[in-house]
Amino acid sequence: MKDLVKRLTEAYGPSGSEDKVREIIKAEVEKFADEIRVDSLGNLICRVAPKSPADGSDPKRIMVAAHMDEIGVLVSYIDDKGFLRFSPVGGLSPYVLLGQKVIFENGTVGVFGTEKLEDMKSLAFDKMFIDIGASSKDEAEKKVRVGDSAVILREFSDLGDRVTSKTMDNRISCAVVIEAMKSVRPERHEAYFVFTVQEELGLRGAKAAAYGINPDVGIAVDVTTWGDTPECAPFNVVLGKGVAIKAKDSSVIAHPKVKNLMIDVAEKKGILYQMEVLERGGTDAGAIHLTREGVPSGTISIPCRYVHTPCEMVDMRDVDAATRLLVGVVEELASSSGGGIL
Amino acid sequence: MLLAKLSEASGISGQEGEIRATIRNEIAPYVDEIKIDPIGNLVALKRGRTGKARVMLAAHMDEVGLMVVGFESNGLLHVDSVGGVDPRVLVSKMVCVGRNKLPGVIGSKPIHLLEREDMDRATKMDALLVDIGAKNKEDAEKLVKLGDPVVFATKCEPLGAGFMKGKAFDDRVGCCAIIEALKVQHDFDLYGAFTVQEEVGLRGAGVAAFQIEPDLAIVLEGTTAHDVPETPEHSVSTVPGKGPAIVYMDRSWVGDKRIIDRLVETAEAASVPYQFKRTVTGGTDAGRIGLTREGIPAAVVSMPCRFIHSPVSVINLSDFENYVKLAGLFLDSLDERGLPIDEGSCKKTN
Repeated sequence: MKDLVKRLTEAYGPSGSEDKVREIIKAEVEKFADEIRVDSLGNLICRVAPKSPADGSDPKRIMVAAHMDEIGVLVSYIDDKGFLRFSPVGGLSPYVLLGQKVIFENGTVGVFGTEKLEDMKSLAFDKMFIDIGASSKDEAEKKVRVGDSAVILREFSDLGDRVTSKTMDNRISCAVVIEAMKSVRPERHEAYFVFTVQEELGLRGAKAAAYGINPDVGIAVDVTTWGDTPECAPFNVVLGKGVAIKAKDSSVIAHPKVKNLMIDVAEKKGILYQMEVLERGGTDAGAIHLTREGVPSGTISIPCRYVHTPCEMVDMRDVDAATRLLVGVVEELASSSGGGIL
Repeated sequence: MLLAKLSEASGISGQEGEIRATIRNEIAPYVDEIKIDPIGNLVALKRGRTGKARVMLAAHMDEVGLMVVGFESNGLLHVDSVGGVDPRVLVSKMVCVGRNKLPGVIGSKPIHLLEREDMDRATKMDALLVDIGAKNKEDAEKLVKLGDPVVFATKCEPLGAGFMKGKAFDDRVGCCAIIEALKVQHDFDLYGAFTVQEEVGLRGAGVAAFQIEPDLAIVLEGTTAHDVPETPEHSVSTVPGKGPAIVYMDRSWVGDKRIIDRLVETAEAASVPYQFKRTVTGGTDAGRIGLTREGIPAAVVSMPCRFIHSPVSVINLSDFENYVKLAGLFLDSLDERGLPIDEGSCKKTN
């Protein structure tokens, strides 16, 4: 699985330009889906049909969502000397960009530079630029156009149980959903595994995908923050203590039945889990649960350190727990009991 | 001039009746269907020759302005803003108040009476009072009702050589471009959506897109153009005179790349000047249209407007001409080259 995580996390895919990630995922899941489509915003929607649907009634729809996009930067202006000015795409801090390299979709590499600063506190995006080694506007425009996006250039590193990369948020969840698709066997109801776009800009892809699928229950898979490094903000979720089952964040209060089903499945299967209450931040479940007439929804979270920096870190044991929990929850929902929800 | 007529019509968010009637009269001879939906969007259909796709153009009818929120015993009116209005631009301006558009003056405190510290402070919204020449509260209440609109009394007219000044160019320029576009028949069904309540949170556009269910949408907007010396070049959002601005991203939406590419190709093929908006602030109706139902490919073309959201803004007339032209040429390209999206996904198949 680490090989898959490496390929996914090193891929280029800022919000609004997810094509390359989608191609990797599509190749991985093609043979496990009964139907695959890409909607008009670019969401990859994979349907897995039930093994033995109940006679005479339409199967219910279970939607699982993990976003493919990552935070990045977008070129807003190219000056006469060939320096690129940029705007952030998603929740990015200018401080994490210092000393970093970026890469564009066509492979062009650049580095960040700053104007003269009074002090570090005055660092802001509009005082920074990207240097792609061009010495004129014409030369720069041969490689990059205004409106093009770039992402941090950073390789995946295997640290043993733990791994680090620029985009654990949220490619690690894409890996979880891909792995789950390989083994999941829905009995009565159908499962839609959706790899969404533009989550980092406000849960945009999931909103459109959920409208199209019209699911009866929704589950987002995403990373959450951490509470186990020196002098960090207090938070009960820690790396290596299992998958996190979300009770609440700023986008959604997990539907009690969905949350309790997750807990029951984890208990029954002996999957290590921890409960999560996140004060700030949201996931695709926030968009899914308010779709049409409302959809009972919850989130499976993977604890992740240093979220929204180039060195996000997760524990593969938590990742494994998340995969097993997702398979268990989907199969329970797809069973004749409908997990008590369908 | 059509733009002057549209600019001078009143229509703060939620009270778009006058501008809606003006637009309706203009488009009636050219379109096949006109509908006013339950929240007030004006939706017009120009049927296509084949009608194999639906294309939506959207511009908001509403403008920023003020609303009457209270009366003083001496007949002066309290107002509050509708949409984003900086109170510093309001002092000593002429306005039209209420449904009968009574002339009014936003008052100021004479310099003789100002305390030293007042000189360094901008007047806040709750200290602004509008004088409509009423004798007292009772008199004022006969003329004006709570909640009545207050719009800027700005005449739209040419300024110097090649510029135009007026109010509400945001987004009457877009309305004007759609009216022009609706005069031309295409292969596809063309919907012109003149939306309500954009300035108070993009409220009308999603409702319009939901009923139209377009295969592709273009939002025609007005945007900032603060090209003054104190702003570094890379932070100037758009520059008047450099053509219509194609918006790759703002706070509400990432423009569909296929549509943006087509806009650029179309502009270049016809030597129509264009620029990219350099900042990502602000939001437009595209944010709502694009996330309607299963998602709709959408992009924004914006007209650079200096001094936007104030009683008087300024546009460059050649920009405006090119803005209208680019919208028209883009629609022509859809006939010639097809939609820049997977046409197999078009919702309408008859």
